Amino acid sequence: MGVQLPFPTPQIEYSLLLPVLVILGAAVVSVLIEAVAAESLRRTLQPLLAFGSLAIALAGCVGLWDQRQVVAQGALVVDGPTVILQGTLLILAVLGALLMMESRVDPAGDPFAARASTIPGSADERGFGARRQTEVWPLFLFAVGGMLMFPAANDLLTAFIALEVFSLPLYLLTGMARRRRLLSQEAALKYFVLGAFSSAVFLFGSALIYAATGSLDFAGIADAVSADPTSGLLLSAGVALLLAGMLFKVGAAPFHQWSPDVYQGAPTALTAFMSAATKVAAFGALLRVMFVALGGAAWDWQPAVAVIAGLSMLVGAITAVVQSDIKRVLAYSSVAHAGFILTGVLAASPKGLSGSLVYLVAYGFVTLAAFGLLTVVRSPAGEATDVQQWAGLAKKSPVTASVFSLLLLTMAGLPLTSGFTAKFAAWSAAWGGWQTGVVVIGAVSSTIAAAFYLRIIVSMWFSEGDDAVVVALPGLGTRTVVGVGVASAVVFGVAPQLLLGLVDGVGVFLR
Amino acid sequence: MRGAPAVSAYLPILVLGLVSFGFAVFSVVAGALTGPKRYNRARLAAYECGIEPTPQPAGGGRFPVKYYLTAMLFIVFDIEIVFLYPWAVTFDRLALFGLIEMVLFIATVLVAYAYVWRRGGLEWDN
Amino acid sequence: MTASPALLVAVPLLSAAVLLLTGRRSDRWGHWLGCAAAVGSFLIALNLVLSLAKQPHESREISQTVWTWISVGGFNVDVTFTVDPLSAVFILLITGVGSLIHIYSVGYMEHDDNRRRFFGYLNLFVAAMLTLVLANNLLLLYVGWEGVGLASYLLIGFWQHKPSAASAANKAFIVNRVGDFGLSIAVMLTFVTFGSVAFPEVFAAADKASSTTITWIGLALLLAACGKSAQFPLQSWLLDAMEGPTPVSALIHAATMVTAGVYLVARCHPIFDLSATARGAVVAVGAITLLMGAVIGIAKDDIKKALAGSTMSQIGYMMLAVGLGPIGYIWAIFHLLTHGFFKAGMFLGAGSVMHGMNDEVNMRRYGALRTAMAVTFGTFAIGYLAIIGVPPFAGFWSKDEIIKVAFEHSWVAGGAALLGAAITAYYMTRVMLMTFFGKARWADDAHPHESPAVMTIPLVVLAALSAVGGWALLHVVNLETWLEPVLGHGEGELPFSSSLLLPLTLAVVALGVAAAWKVYGAGADIPVSAPRGSWFIRAARADLGGDLFNEKVLMQPGQRLTATLVRVDDSVVDGAVRGIGGFTTALSARLRQAQNGFARSYALVMVIGAVIVALALAMVRFA
Repeated sequence: MGVQLPFPTPQIEYSLLLPVLVILGAAVVSVLIEAVAAESLRRTLQPLLAFGSLAIALAGCVGLWDQRQVVAQGALVVDGPTVILQGTLLILAVLGALLMMESRVDPAGDPFAARASTIPGSADERGFGARRQTEVWPLFLFAVGGMLMFPAANDLLTAFIALEVFSLPLYLLTGMARRRRLLSQEAALKYFVLGAFSSAVFLFGSALIYAATGSLDFAGIADAVSADPTSGLLLSAGVALLLAGMLFKVGAAPFHQWSPDVYQGAPTALTAFMSAATKVAAFGALLRVMFVALGGAAWDWQPAVAVIAGLSMLVGAITAVVQSDIKRVLAYSSVAHAGFILTGVLAASPKGLSGSLVYLVAYGFVTLAAFGLLTVVRSPAGEATDVQQWAGLAKKSPVTASVFSLLLLTMAGLPLTSGFTAKFAAWSAAWGGWQTGVVVIGAVSSTIAAAFYLRIIVSMWFSEGDDAVVVALPGLGTRTVVGVGVASAVVFGVAPQLLLGLVDGVGVFLR
Repeated sequence: MRGAPAVSAYLPILVLGLVSFGFAVFSVVAGALTGPKRYNRARLAAYECGIEPTPQPAGGGRFPVKYYLTAMLFIVFDIEIVFLYPWAVTFDRLALFGLIEMVLFIATVLVAYAYVWRRGGLEWDN
Repeated sequence: MTASPALLVAVPLLSAAVLLLTGRRSDRWGHWLGCAAAVGSFLIALNLVLSLAKQPHESREISQTVWTWISVGGFNVDVTFTVDPLSAVFILLITGVGSLIHIYSVGYMEHDDNRRRFFGYLNLFVAAMLTLVLANNLLLLYVGWEGVGLASYLLIGFWQHKPSAASAANKAFIVNRVGDFGLSIAVMLTFVTFGSVAFPEVFAAADKASSTTITWIGLALLLAACGKSAQFPLQSWLLDAMEGPTPVSALIHAATMVTAGVYLVARCHPIFDLSATARGAVVAVGAITLLMGAVIGIAKDDIKKALAGSTMSQIGYMMLAVGLGPIGYIWAIFHLLTHGFFKAGMFLGAGSVMHGMNDEVNMRRYGALRTAMAVTFGTFAIGYLAIIGVPPFAGFWSKDEIIKVAFEHSWVAGGAALLGAAITAYYMTRVMLMTFFGKARWADDAHPHESPAVMTIPLVVLAALSAVGGWALLHVVNLETWLEPVLGHGEGELPFSSSLLLPLTLAVVALGVAAAWKVYGAGADIPVSAPRGSWFIRAARADLGGDLFNEKVLMQPGQRLTATLVRVDDSVVDGAVRGIGGFTTALSARLRQAQNGFARSYALVMVIGAVIVALALAMVRFA
C-alpha cells in the first residue's frame, strides 16, 4: 500500500545560483577536457575555461547585487554578505589563477610539479622536465566552487558539503609543488589528515546540534535556540565542535598548527590563494552560523570566541617573532589576523558583521599580493624564503623591497593603509562592554606583530645581501596581482569610504 | 533549572555508554587476570581465516595504489545507485524536474567515469 | 599670500620619496635636495607664522582640510592640518633647527656611502614630525607619531654594520611600541567616549565625560608621552639611541621628536585640566626623570650619553612643568624651545669634536681641545652657559620660570627642580672640563682639527639662538601672550618671597659648578680608564637600573613566552628541515614517523582546544 505523502516539486532558482553553477559546471567540463583533449590543447583550453568561467561568475555576482532571497529549497541564501563574499572570492580566484599561470620567474617551469605522482628525485620525475600540467585547473575550479557555496550555505549539511568540496582539492594542490616536493607532500598529508579530522569534528557537532534542536537549517536552529535559550549540554557540545571545525579552517589558535607547515610546503602560488580565499570563505560561513543560527545564544558563545580570539592574536604575533622563514612568518601573522577578525565576530552585531567583512576584503588582497611577491625572490634552489636571504633586497630591487615593505606595513595596520581601516572597523565594533579586553589584547599583539614586520623591512633595506639571491622579473600576471594588492592597500587606506560604504550598503544576513 | 529535563532525557544513553564501557574494561581486565598464558604460533596468527595472509610486500604492509583506486571507483558508482533508487520510486511525482536533475547527475558521474577511463584507471596491468 | 599647511608637509615628504626611490642615481645631488626641502619648508613655515601673526590675537588659526579620511555614520575624520599658535612655534623649531642640522650633515656624513639615504630618512622624519604637530585630530597625530617612530628607528640603526646600533634601534622601537600602545588606547577611548577624535570637538565635550574616563585617557596619553619622550619608566632607549649618527641625536633625540610627549600633553591640556590624578602622574614622572637623567649624566664618560642623560633630565623639567596645569604649560613649551636651541647646538658640537677626533666618544680621551677647535669650543660654551641657567642665556629664562612654578605647585616639585639645577651644573661642567680643558689625553693617532664651515656655521647660528633666544622669545616675541589663546594662563603664588628665587637658583648652580671644578678642574688628574667609582656612580653608569627594569619586566617574560611557544613549534621545523636535507631512505623513514607523530600531536591540540571551547560554553550556560 502506498501512502502518498505531499511531495512538492523542488524549486531551484538557477539564475540566483549562477556564480556557483557556472564555476562548478566549468569544473566538470574541465575534468572532461582532461579526459579527452590532447595535452597541448589542454594547456590553452584549461586556463581559458577557468578565466572565462570566473569572468561570467563575477558578472553574475554583480547582477545579484540587490537580491535577497533564500534559494534551492533553503539550502543556500543569496543576500548582501553572500554577494560581497562571493565577489571577493571570485576576484581573489582570478588573481590566484594569474599566480598559478606564472612561468617566468622559475626557469624550471610553473609552480606545480609536472606530474604529481612521480617519486621526488626519481628519474621518472626528471623525464617530465619543465612540462606544464593542467590537472590543477579542475581542482582549482572545484575549490573555488566550494568556497562560493560555503558562505552562502543555509544549513549545516550544505555547509559541510561545501567545506569538503573546497577542502579536498586544496589538500591535493598542496602536495603539487614543483620544488621541494617532499616538503610539499608532507604538508599535503598533514593538511589532509588534520583537515579530515576537523571535518569529522564539524560533522559531529552538526549531529549534536541536530539532536539538541531537531533542525539542520540555520533558521530552524535559531528558532529552537530562542525558544529555549538554556537548551542544555547537548547544544553546547554541538556548538563547541562546530566551532572547532570551522576555526580549523580559518586557522585560529589552538586550531592553527597546520597552517605554518602547510603554507610553507604548498606551492607559493597556491599558498597565496589559499591563505586569502579560505579565510574569506570560512569566515563568511562562520559569521553566518554565529549570527543567524546561534545569534540568539550570543551570550553563550561570546566568552569562548573571546578566548580563541585573544589566544590567536597572541600566539600568532609572538610565535612569528622568531620565525626565520618568511612563509612561516606570514602564516603566523595570518593566525593573528584570524584573531583580529574574530574580534569583529565577537561583537555579534551588524557593526561586527561589516567590520569583519571589511577586514576580510582588506586582508585578502594584501596577503595574496604578499605571497605573490615571495615567488619573485629566488635562489638557485628555488624561492628564497629565508628571512636572511631577503637581506639587502633593496639594493637588488628597490621596487620589490618598497612594495613588500608597504604590504608588511599594511598588515601591521599602519594608518593610511587598508590594514588600519580594517583594524579600525573590526575593533570599533567590538569596543565597549567586556569585549574591550579583547581589543586591548589586540592592540598589544599588533604592537608585538609590528616588531617582526619591521624586522623584515629593516633586513631588506639595511643588511648586506647574499649574491646568490636574485629578483626575477615576473610576468604580467604576478605583476597584476601585486599591483592590485598595493592599490587596495593604498586606496582603502586613504579613502576607506569606498570599502566601508560598500560593505555597509549590503546590509545583514537574511534569515 | 530548565536544563535539567533535557539532561535527564539523555540519562539512559549515558548509562548505556557507561555500562558498555565498563563491560569492555571488565572483559579485557578479567581475561588478562584469569586466563592461562600459553603463547604459540597458532595463537598469534590471524583470527579464523584459515589461510595465511598474502606475503607482505617488501618494506612492510603497503598495498599497490591500484587497490585504493578501485575502492574509490566503487564508491563513485555506489553513490550513483544510492540516488538512482529513490528516484526510481518517486519518478512520477518528480516529473520533468526529476528527469533533468537526474540526467545532470548521471552526466556528472559519467564525466568522472570518462576521466578514469581515459587516464587508464581501469587498466589493472599497468 | 598665505602658504598652504599641507604644502609644508608635502615638500619634505616628496623629497624623501625622491631620495629613497631613485636609488644611486641621486647620490651626487641627493643631500642638496634634502637640504633644499628642509629650508623650503622652513620658508613656508615662516610665511605661515607671519600670516598667523596678522590675524586677531584670540582666534589665530590657519586650517586646511586635504580630504575626508573616514566618514562612517556620524563619525568623521578629516585629514586637516591646523596651524595655531602652539603648532606655529613647533613648525618653526622643527624646520628651523631641522634645516641647520641638514646643512651640518652635509659635512658630517661626507664620507658615508649612504649619505643620500640618510637625507631621505631625515626628510621623512621632518614630514612626519610636521604631521604630528599640525594634526587637528588624534588619529592624524597618531599617523605622525608612528611616522617619527619609524624614522627614528631607521636613523638609530643607520649604521647597521655595528651590532650595537642594530640592537639599539630594536630597543628604541620596542620601548616606543609600549608608548604607542598607550596612544592607541587613548585614541580608542576618546573615540568611544566622544564619538569623535577631532581636538576641537573632544575638548569642547571633555567636561561632560565622566572623570574616571578622563583620567584613563590622561594616563594613556601619559604612557604615550613617556615612550616617545624617554620618561621614567620608559627612558632607557634614549641612551642607546646615541648609536645613531650625531646629527640624528641632535635633531630627533634632543630638539624635536623626544619633545613630542610634552607637545602631546600640552595639546591635550583640556583633558589634563580635568583630572588632577593624571596631572599628578605627569608631575611625578617629570620630577623622577629630571633627577634620574641628571644623575646618569654625572657618570657617563661617553660624551653623547652624558648629553643624552641631560636631555632626559631637561625633558623631565618640561614634563614637570606641563603637569602643573595652566601655570606651567607655557613655560614647558618655552623651555622646549630654548632646549631645542642649546641642546641641538651642543650635540652638533659634540659631533664636531668626534669628527676631529676619529669618532672617539670617550671624554677621558679628550682634554685641552679648546685651542684645537676654537669655534666648536666657543659655541659649546655658550650652550653650556645656557643649559646651566646663567643669565642672560636662553636656558636661564625658561628654567628659572619652571623652578618658580614648581615651587608654586609644591615644595617637593620645587625642590626636585632646584636639585636638578645643581646636578645639571655639576655634570655639564664636568663635560666641559673633561673635553676642552685640562691635559690632552688623546689617543696616539688623534689629530684634532676644526670642522669645515658647513658644520661650524650651523653651530654658530645655534649658539646665537642659545645666547639671546630665551630673552628674545620672552620679550620680543612675547611668547606668553602668543601661546595664551591655546594654552590658557594661570597665576600661582610662591610660598616665599619671589625676590629670593633668583639668588637661590644662582647659588645652587654656582655650587654645582664649584663642585665639578674641584673634582675635574685645573690640575685634576683624569685617568684614561674609568675608575671603579662609588656605588652611586656605578649605579648611574648602569642607567640607574633602567635596563634591568626592561629586562626583568619587559624582556624576560616575553622571551620566556616566546621560547615556550617556539618549543611547541620547533620539533616541527626540525622535521621539515630534515626532510629537505636529503632523500635517503633512512631519513625519509624517520621523517614519516615524525610526520605521524606531529600530525597526531596537532590533532591532540585541536581536541584540547575543542574541549576548552566546550567547557567555556558549558560554564557560561550552567554558571
